Amino acid sequence: MIDFLWPIFGGVLIGLSATVLLLFNGKIAGISGIIYHAITDKTSVNRKQHWFFLIGILLGAYLFHLLSGKALPETNDNYLLAIIAGLLVGVGVKLGNGCTSGHGVCGIGRLSMRSLVATICFMLTAIISVAIINSIIPTGAL
Amino acid sequence: MNRIMSLISGLLFGAGLAASGMTNTAKVTGFLDIFGNWDPDLLLVMASAVITTLICFRFVLKRSKPVFASSFSLPLKTVIDLRLLLGAVLFGIGWGLYGYCPGPAVAAIVYLQPVTGAFLIAMLLGMFIASKIPKS
Repeated sequence: MIDFLWPIFGGVLIGLSATVLLLFNGKIAGISGIIYHAITDKTSVNRKQHWFFLIGILLGAYLFHLLSGKALPETNDNYLLAIIAGLLVGVGVKLGNGCTSGHGVCGIGRLSMRSLVATICFMLTAIISVAIINSIIPTGAL
Repeated sequence: MNRIMSLISGLLFGAGLAASGMTNTAKVTGFLDIFGNWDPDLLLVMASAVITTLICFRFVLKRSKPVFASSFSLPLKTVIDLRLLLGAVLFGIGWGLYGYCPGPAVAAIVYLQPVTGAFLIAMLLGMFIASKIPKS
């Protein structure tokens, strides 16, 4: 497949995923919320649904690489960076009630002004964050 | 039925993340690096995902209820407050630092790299810390 078709194909799959969850279960496919509730909701009847969704993500990613033959991406082994980033992402999505999927894909999809503002906000700070980290650490050093 | 649909939705999501390049941290930071060596590919991911939901959600939300549930569970909050903005800012910084947002970090578990586990544990810890911050 031509290279730029993969991102479009992937994006459409993500959009369809959110559509399936909303159409059949009436739920918003917000991954940060799903992860949090899968772990903390001890009594919720929805808890198992969250786990099925998460298992689906793993299967989907695994099957994609298996069937497409696309190479697995390399990971960045900078643990300090991964841990600091993980903490910030965790605090941020919990405070802001959503991440790229919940606010970006689903929120904008249902024309939520709150989600649009959140998305613009995290896109801008992510761009600034990359610009700063690249000016501190030369590209390729990470 | 709800569990099967959750699994199918998750499958599509995981495949979409892997296909799009969102699970590749170098690709993500390359996309965010608009002042440097910008890689616009992931703009196509965001655009095609949002266009898909914009079209499909219109039709789905015209229904009185979902197929396998008694009602739609949609977020009720509409207020744009400091909590939302601060959360989005912190999330953006973290996303840019390493290149993972929560979905791709989960999908990347299948690559079996311990650093992904470190990111996820830190992320969960961050969520618990934030859940202790009083809402006001």
